[in-house]
Amino acid sequence: MSEPRRTALDATHRALGATMTDFAGWDMPLRYGSERDEHVAVRTRAGLFDLSHMGEITVTGPQAADLLDYALVGNIGSVKPGRARYTMICQEDGGILDDLIVYRLADQEYMVVANASNAQTVLDALTARQAGFDAAVRDDRDAYALLAVQGPESPGILKSLTDADLDGLKYYAGLPGTVAGVEALIARTGYTGEDGFELFVRPADAVALWEALTEAGKDAGLVPCGLSCRDTLRLEAGMPLYGNELSTSLTPFDAGLGRVVKFEKPGNEGRFVGRDALAAAAERAEQNPPRKLVGLIAEGRRVPRAGYPVVDAEGTAIGTVTSGAPSPTLGKPVAMAYVDAAHAEPGTKGVAVDIRGKHEPYEVVALPFYKREK
Amino acid sequence: MSNPQQLRYSKEHEWLSAAEDGVSTVGITEHAANALGDVVYAQLPEVGDTVTAGESCGELESTKSVSDLYSPVDGEVTEINEDVANDPSLVNSAPFEGGWLFKVKLSGEPEDLLSADEYTAFTAG
Repeated sequence: MSEPRRTALDATHRALGATMTDFAGWDMPLRYGSERDEHVAVRTRAGLFDLSHMGEITVTGPQAADLLDYALVGNIGSVKPGRARYTMICQEDGGILDDLIVYRLADQEYMVVANASNAQTVLDALTARQAGFDAAVRDDRDAYALLAVQGPESPGILKSLTDADLDGLKYYAGLPGTVAGVEALIARTGYTGEDGFELFVRPADAVALWEALTEAGKDAGLVPCGLSCRDTLRLEAGMPLYGNELSTSLTPFDAGLGRVVKFEKPGNEGRFVGRDALAAAAERAEQNPPRKLVGLIAEGRRVPRAGYPVVDAEGTAIGTVTSGAPSPTLGKPVAMAYVDAAHAEPGTKGVAVDIRGKHEPYEVVALPFYKREK
Repeated sequence: MSNPQQLRYSKEHEWLSAAEDGVSTVGITEHAANALGDVVYAQLPEVGDTVTAGESCGELESTKSVSDLYSPVDGEVTEINEDVANDPSLVNSAPFEGGWLFKVKLSGEPEDLLSADEYTAFTAG
């Protein structure tokens, strides 16, 4: 193993006493104090995250939109400049290589943000799929640090540091601006289920921006937040995590996210990588659904973990937990799990999770567990 | 963090108090509590259970993981900390005090336990 990579904020995290963890080859803050307190801060006030491990890839050129329409499953050409789209990149067999956010920065310029664990895979796939298109694929992983301010107080905190029109910035939109004197791409995106912003900046500016946000957020109760609470926040919000809910052995339809696949796209005469396999997967999901992704809420206090079997009243395996954690908002353990369609309806009786040999009763619910009031 | 001098420590990160009338108190160390993160559920042994040094006698669930609880000594459980059963965060906030886990009537001499200084060195390594 090579040494883990460190973000531009590494010294800041250490000075704050963070517990660090290896995540996809990066040394990242897991938590600074209590992960539950950090979680609650994001739900009720605001939290500050270093997400510099995320992988940015820039695609430019006259046929940038066509390339992305071909390489990804979404209708990327229809994204207006200044807006963003949640999408996926699949294999020819329909298996998910990664889930992505694509920002259209300009008519001929997109930024693709990949998960850290898949950034190289996505870069390689985009580069391979670029052949024949008048477009360039650029590895910008080292060009950006990424800070996120998430939570209901985040608009007020950010407003005190920028003249950018945040009120006009919708969810899943991004605009270039200046925050605390630092040039940033300001995006209204996140992975927490709360209102919030992601700020893409030069790594050299990351510490100054972190300190300015910390200072500006002090009175509003902003706290630094690690990846541990990011995971429980996204789990409550029912958002999938690559490697848990998503993998190359599943199509977007298997994951209940078939809506991200657009068969009707104008570019490339509708051709895109994985199209035929995904059309078949769509039909299968419609007529004979395999397992479905559901939410499970514990009746007891023992916590389900990824990989634990889901069982029916007879103890027969009917599925597998993909993510599980104690939910700070619900005050109970929750899980996402792939469960046989026959047991996937909310309210299905007799469903349990095999927690190290004991069958603990769980309630089947629709996702998400938590939805913020707008 | 400092490990209280009057306690003895196992390499599995439990602490054991000096016996009073043959009964010692068991908990996990601050080092262990910090490594676990927020403890959300403590499955403790039951009063009357026989515990064996180095063997699992319960579980501690945290946000990210579940860990076995090992008894540092042979004996019989005489009391469990109901406060921790109701509010497991005591393990994080006061691991050496209000976050104790159970009391055990010793059936043998504790073996292979570390002094506070030895345990501090052990966890520093």
